[in-house]
Amino acid sequence: MRDHATEFPTRTQDETHTVGCTVNGREYEAVVDPRMTLADFLREKLRLTGTHLGCEHGVCGACTVIVDGAATRSCLMLAVQADGAQLETVEGLAEDGELSPLQCAFKRNHALQCGFCTPGFLMSVTAALREESVTTEEQAREVLSGNICRCTGYTGLVKSVLEASAGKDAQA
Amino acid sequence: MSDTLVPEGTMIGRRLERREDERLLAGHGGYLDDLDLPDALAAAFLRSPHAHAKILSFDATEALALPGVIAVFSGADLMEIQKPLAPKVQHPQLRDYPRLPMPPAELHYVGEPLAVVIAESRYIAEDAMELIEVDFEVLPAVASTAAALQENGPLAHSGDETNVAVLLSQSAGDAAKALAEAPNVLSDEFFVMRGGGHSMETRGVAARFEAATGQVTIWDTTQAPHYARQQLSVIYEMAEDDIRVIAPADVGGGFGPKAQFYGEEVVIPWVAMKLGRAVKWVEDRQENMVTSMMERSQTHRVDVGFDNDGLLLAVKDVIEHDQGAYCAGLQVPSITTSTVPGPYHVPNIAIELRACYTNMVPTSSVRGAGRPQAVFVMERMIDRIAEHLGLDPAEVRRRNLIQADEFPYKVGIMFRDGSPLTYDSGDFPTLLEGTLERIGYDEARALQAKLRQEGRYLGIGLSVYIEGCGLGPYEGAKIRLTNKGRILVTLAAAGQGQGYETVYAQIAADGIGLDMDYIEVKTGDTARIPFGQGTFASRITATCGPAVMDAAKQMRERLLDTASVLLGCDASEVDFVGDKACLGGDLEKSVSLQQLAQTANIGKHGITMPRGIKAGIETSSYFSPERAAYASGAHAALVEVDPETGEIEILKYVIGHDCGNVINPLLVDGQVLGGFAHGIGNAMYEEPVYDVEGQPQATSYLDYALVSATEVPPVELFHIQTPSPLNPLGVKGAGEGGTIPAPATIANAVEDALRPLRARVTRAPITPARIVDAIVAAAAGQD
Ligand code: FES
Ligand code: FES
Repeated sequence: MRDHATEFPTRTQDETHTVGCTVNGREYEAVVDPRMTLADFLREKLRLTGTHLGCEHGVCGACTVIVDGAATRSCLMLAVQADGAQLETVEGLAEDGELSPLQCAFKRNHALQCGFCTPGFLMSVTAALREESVTTEEQAREVLSGNICRCTGYTGLVKSVLEASAGKDAQA
Repeated sequence: MSDTLVPEGTMIGRRLERREDERLLAGHGGYLDDLDLPDALAAAFLRSPHAHAKILSFDATEALALPGVIAVFSGADLMEIQKPLAPKVQHPQLRDYPRLPMPPAELHYVGEPLAVVIAESRYIAEDAMELIEVDFEVLPAVASTAAALQENGPLAHSGDETNVAVLLSQSAGDAAKALAEAPNVLSDEFFVMRGGGHSMETRGVAARFEAATGQVTIWDTTQAPHYARQQLSVIYEMAEDDIRVIAPADVGGGFGPKAQFYGEEVVIPWVAMKLGRAVKWVEDRQENMVTSMMERSQTHRVDVGFDNDGLLLAVKDVIEHDQGAYCAGLQVPSITTSTVPGPYHVPNIAIELRACYTNMVPTSSVRGAGRPQAVFVMERMIDRIAEHLGLDPAEVRRRNLIQADEFPYKVGIMFRDGSPLTYDSGDFPTLLEGTLERIGYDEARALQAKLRQEGRYLGIGLSVYIEGCGLGPYEGAKIRLTNKGRILVTLAAAGQGQGYETVYAQIAADGIGLDMDYIEVKTGDTARIPFGQGTFASRITATCGPAVMDAAKQMRERLLDTASVLLGCDASEVDFVGDKACLGGDLEKSVSLQQLAQTANIGKHGITMPRGIKAGIETSSYFSPERAAYASGAHAALVEVDPETGEIEILKYVIGHDCGNVINPLLVDGQVLGGFAHGIGNAMYEEPVYDVEGQPQATSYLDYALVSATEVPPVELFHIQTPSPLNPLGVKGAGEGGTIPAPATIANAVEDALRPLRARVTRAPITPARIVDAIVAAAAGQD
C-alpha cells in the first residue's frame, strides 16, 4: 500500500550472517538473514519445531526457550543475537527418552490439552525452578503468569509446578 | 474431582492419562506449521485496511519485481473461485449477502483478504505486500448493531436495502398477555461484548497438487475436514474424491472459529493447483485478531413477569445479534433464542431475534456458542426478581427450576437442530444445592451482612444453565484390523486437544474387549473415512462415541468369528488374552490378531480362503442422534468488590457439572476447567474493541487481555451424572459448560456486592471502569 522501498531496503539477502550456537548440547551453524528471529531460526533452519509461535509479539510465551540459562522469548530475539550462545529447547528436556519430572507432572495433572503452549510453559518453568523452589500456589501462579494457555485453565499447570518443585527439593 | 462409578473391568469411566501427551511434551507434536513440505512456497494475504471500501485499482507490478516473489493474485485474478461461501446454518428468511473467498470489488471489514502474495518465504511475501498499490474508495461503515438498525443509517453493503439479515421469532403461550396481567414486571437491557476463540495456534492451510493423479491434498487446521472438503468440492467443481483434507493430528486449539470455513481455505489450494507448487499459509496473530471469526456481541431487551412468590409467568426477550459483515451461519443466534428459558419453568415466552450485518469480522461460534448471552440475561433477571421481592436469589431459583422427575421436559419452542426443544435428562435442583453447599452459601450470606457493616462489599453470584450438545446429523467411525495385527480406529472428527486418541481407544477397548495397548486412533483425514461432520458444539462424545462403541462390538464379533473358524470351535468359546484369541483361555489353542489379519485380510495370492472365513476385517458405524442432549450445571462465586477502583477479587468459585456419563474424568475435568478460564475472560477481560469507523482497536495481546494463571482463580468442581437416554453411552457434551455461565455468575456476584449502592451491571465484560461508572451513575440517580 505504501512504498517504503526507498526508505528501508526490503531485501537483505546480500548481508547474510553465519550463526553458530549450541542447542541442547549439540552444535549448529547456519546462514541467516540478519532479521530472522531466533524462533524462525530454530524452527525453519534447525527444524526444531517444538518451539511454537503463538503471538510473535512477546506476550503469549509459547516461544520461550532458555538462552545462556535465562528463559527468553525467541520471537523477540534475532537469530544473530544467539551467535555463540548455549540454547535449550523443549526437545532437550527429556533425557534418553525419559520425560523430566516436570514433563511427567504435566502429564499426571493434565496440564496440557492441545499442547501448543506446552513447550513454552515447560521452558519457563524449568528456568524458574532452577532459580528457586516454588512452594505456594501463589508463587506457582506467578511463575506461570508469563505464558498463556487457552485450553487448560491453569489448575493442572499450578499443580505440576508445585509437584515438580517438591520433587526437585527431595532429590537435592 | 469427579466421582465416577467405574464399572468393574471397563476402560470407560477411568481417569487415564493421555497417550498424546508423550509427543506433545517432548516437542514432537505435528502441528500444521511443523509439516515438512519441501519447497513449499509461503503465502501472505493483503487485507483490507478499511471497514468498508471499494477497490478502485490494484497494481502489483513492483511487488512482482521483488526477488523471491513468485506470484500475486488479487480477487479479480481468481474469478473462477469467487463463489459464495455458504452459511453453515441457514433459514429460508435469511437475506444472505454472499461472502466471497477474496472479494474483487468491495470489502466489508478490516482484515478481509483482497490479494495473496506467494513467495519463497513469509518474510519476502510481507515485504512484497508493502509494494502493492491499491486505491480505495472508503465508504461509510457500520460498527455496532445499534448503528446497523438505526433508520436511514449507513449500509454495511452498499446498494443493499437494509442491514437486517433475518428477523425471527419463537414463542410458547402468550407472553404479551401474561406480561400485561402479571403482578410484577421487570425490564432491562443487557449487552455482551464480542470475544474470540484465541486458540494458541492460529489458523493455517497448506496444499499440494499432484498433477499425475489430479488430486489435491490440503492440510488445514480445521475442526471439520469433511465440511471443508464439501465446500471445496462445490467451489472447485471437483469430485470430493480428488480433494483430500487433513486436519493434522495436532491442532493447537479450536474453540469454534476453526469449525468455520474461510476464504483462505479456498484460495491457498487453488493457488497450489495453479502454480503446481506446494503452498503454505499460517495466519499470524495480528491477522488472527482481525480475521478469525468472533462471537458474543448481542443486545437483549428483556421483560419478565412474575407473581409475588417469584414464580416466572412470562419472559419476553428482543435480541439484536451482530452477524458481522456476512452471515457465516445462524447457529449462534438460534442457539441463543432457545437457551433463554434455561432450566426454569417459563409458561409464556416470546423471543424476537434481529440479526444484522455490520462492517466487522463475521461472527460465528466461539466456545459457548450463543449460550453465555442467554444465560447472562436470564440469570440477571432471576436476581432482579429476588431483589424486587426481597427474596433470596437461591430461593427464587429453587422455586422456578424444572424438577428431576419432569424429564423429558418439553420447553415449547424449537432448538437449532430443528426439533422441539426437549431436555432429555438432568437434575437441576441437585446441581444448585450442591453448589450452594460447597460455596458455603449461608455462611457467605452471614459474612456478607457482617462485612457490609464495615463498609466492605462482598457478593455472591449464582447461575444455573443448560447446554444443548451432541448435535446431529451424525458422526461415524471405522475400525480395521491392520496387517500388523493391531486395531485401528478412524474418526472423521478432528481433535483440537481434547484427547481423542485416548478417549476413543477407551471406548473401543470396551467394545472389543481388548486391551487399549493394541488399539490406535486416527482422526481428521477425509481420505481415511468417507463421511463426517466435525468437532463443534460439544457433540463428538455423544455422536462419535456410540459409533465407536457399535463398530467395536461388530469388530469383536468379526475377530472372534474368524478365530473360531481357525480354532475349530464355537465363537462363544473364544476370548482375548493379550492380543490372542484363545479357546477357553488356553494360550496353546490360540490365534493372534496378526494371524487373523494374515488369514482374513492379507490372504494368499490365488489360494482359496479357509472355508467359513469372511474376508476383510473392517467394521464401521454411523450414529445419528434423534435430537440434542442437554448437559447442565450450576456455578457459584463469592467475590469482593472495591468500589473505589472497581476491582473484583474472586474469593471462591464452585462449579457443579452434569454431562451424563463420564468416559474419562481427568479429561472432562480438564475441559470444564479450561472452559471456565475462557468464561472468566468473557466475564472480566476480553474485549475486541472496534471504533465507530469499524477499525479494530485491540489487535495484539497488549490490548486484548487473555487471562493468565494469575487471573483465573482456583475452582472447586463436582459432577453429577444423569445419563442421556438419547445415546447408548448415556453421554453429553462437556466442552463448554465451564464457559457458559461464568459471565452471568460474576455479574450477579458483582451486582450483589454493590447492592447497597444500587449499582447496575448490564454489560460483559465487567471491567473496573464499568463498575466505577455504574456506581457513579447509581449515586447520580439517587440524588
Ligand atoms: S510467540 Fe513469542 S511470546 Fe508469543
Ligand atoms: S494446551 Fe492448548 S493452549 Fe495450552
